[in-house]
Amino acid sequence: MRMLPVLSRLAWRYLWRNHRRTIVMLGAISVGAWAMIFMTALTRGMVDQMIADGISVIPGHVQIHNPDYLDDPSVSNRIALTDTELTQRFGDAGFDAWASRVRVPAVITSERESRGVTLLGIDPDAERTFSFVDYDAVDGRFLEDPEDNGVVIGAKLADTLETEVGKRIVLMSQDPDNDIADRGFRVVGLFHANMEVYEETYAFVGKRTAQKMLRIGDTVSEVVFVGDDYRDVEPVFQKVSAAVDDSVKVSRWTEVDTYLGTMLGVMDGFVLIWVIVIFLALSFGLVNTLVMAVFERVREIGLMLALGMKPMSILGQIIIESMMLLAVGLLIGDVLAYVTVKPLESGIDISIVAKGMEMFGASSILYPKLYMDDVILSNVVVLVLGFLASLSPAWRASRYEPVEAITKV
Amino acid sequence: MTAVRCVDICKTYRQGDQDIRALDHLSVEIEKGEFVCLMSPSGGGKTTLLNAIGGLDIPDSGEVWVADKRIDQMSKGELADLRLANIGFVFQAYNLIPVLTAQENVEFVMQVQGIPTAKRREKSLAILEEVGLEGLENRRPAEMSGGQQQRVAVARAIVSRPALVLADEPTANLDSKTSDELMGLFKELNEHHNTTFVIATHDQRVMRYAKRIIRMRDGRIVDDIEQNAA
Repeated sequence: MRMLPVLSRLAWRYLWRNHRRTIVMLGAISVGAWAMIFMTALTRGMVDQMIADGISVIPGHVQIHNPDYLDDPSVSNRIALTDTELTQRFGDAGFDAWASRVRVPAVITSERESRGVTLLGIDPDAERTFSFVDYDAVDGRFLEDPEDNGVVIGAKLADTLETEVGKRIVLMSQDPDNDIADRGFRVVGLFHANMEVYEETYAFVGKRTAQKMLRIGDTVSEVVFVGDDYRDVEPVFQKVSAAVDDSVKVSRWTEVDTYLGTMLGVMDGFVLIWVIVIFLALSFGLVNTLVMAVFERVREIGLMLALGMKPMSILGQIIIESMMLLAVGLLIGDVLAYVTVKPLESGIDISIVAKGMEMFGASSILYPKLYMDDVILSNVVVLVLGFLASLSPAWRASRYEPVEAITKV
Repeated sequence: MTAVRCVDICKTYRQGDQDIRALDHLSVEIEKGEFVCLMSPSGGGKTTLLNAIGGLDIPDSGEVWVADKRIDQMSKGELADLRLANIGFVFQAYNLIPVLTAQENVEFVMQVQGIPTAKRREKSLAILEEVGLEGLENRRPAEMSGGQQQRVAVARAIVSRPALVLADEPTANLDSKTSDELMGLFKELNEHHNTTFVIATHDQRVMRYAKRIIRMRDGRIVDDIEQNAA
């Protein structure tokens, strides 16, 4: 530690001895850091949106089901507790947003076409805050209460069925006795979603109406809970787990929608790989800069050794020089990333590639997200790998024999 | 008391296909407070001997003792400590650190030694004044003449009052006036602080200051005489 001030001073001065080379290298590091963070922000924005959309469609953050429901989502595998009992348990438990649903596979038939759909019997007021459907943007109207006799389907499904608001369709499923349970509904609204697949998949009816149609009394298929942050669902999970017994299974959204859960893990890994790949490109320049910096001052290194500086101090000096170069480059890159990402957080229109994005479950507006964790990760990875990359030239410098180095021309 | 003792040391360099014997079974003792000049034609072995005494080069055989410590078997770290604490070097080609100012160059050794900032400043300014560089403290080597740079190098070598100063052709790039001033400074340090000086030189003017002159040829001592110094 005693040597740190003198080593730092020497490292900083040597860094600016060849200022052109240093500026070029700083530029490369800054652009590299910016690219890491900017691309990460885009990726995070896309994934966040995919997951947020995906969660809002069905899973919420935490769900409870009959233990067999996730394997066989039929009407037989309902939650053992009645909806009234569930309301009593969770109504006063302080959950920000929760709702119970009937959710079964069904067939929807118009006078022209039939399609398989997921029938959702919902309480529209309970789901308003976290539903992926904007109730106010529905063509026609959305469901008004659990007793509503109408059906709301996606605009795309309406096209497929060649039906429209005001026309009638038939929804058909099975009751708990495996008998056909069907009922005619008037289409009261067509919803729009940011992905067509959602518009094709879901049909919303009132919860009480669905219960009657399926002859399941006051029971439901699932209860959905939404917390503050989809990345941190443990508080909600623990709270829900404490409120129920073994007759139901409590699941995090990553277990309910394994695709989305896996996607989150993959993207975290992708970010790390991206940061490392960019660094590898940078490391060639960094090592070259350090090798040149060492090569052009062999005599001075020999002199320092001759005057009594220890080889480890020479090694430290070169590493400090590398760390300073990286730290300044990263700082510039971080600032660049901040000033370029922040204005874009209101959304980038990528509708030109919307079809392609939809394949991945992303919408046509991309909202980049700058997370401090990602900035820290990229900075730490670059500094750690930079340290490792500097070891070789620094080690070589520290191994010089003073008498040979000092006579080097 | 012996400041330097070399016992039967040999050093051979390989140059192309030839082996050059730079030191050939050389033995010498230098007492503390002596002012010694090493003289030889080029390639006579005086720089190699200085490097061996300074622990910059390890002889192939024989023993080198400095300050009652055998240094030819020391590790690099131990040699660095020895040089830092006991030896001041003045090289032929100034050898200043180009990114540091004159004052910072002088302070360098003291900084490595861990001397507090205030004391460092005080000593460095005093020694720069002593070598006639008052007012040039903030100049970098590139902004100074050869003579001024050599005086900075001398100031750096003697500022922490080492027991032994090794100087390799210290006046080679200096005019006669500056040479005389430098040698006067060496002489004063030798007399007032009992600092031991071993100076490798061709310069006849430098010889006048030495109390002892060791002549070398082909890595051997051929003459070792004492004289009345100037």
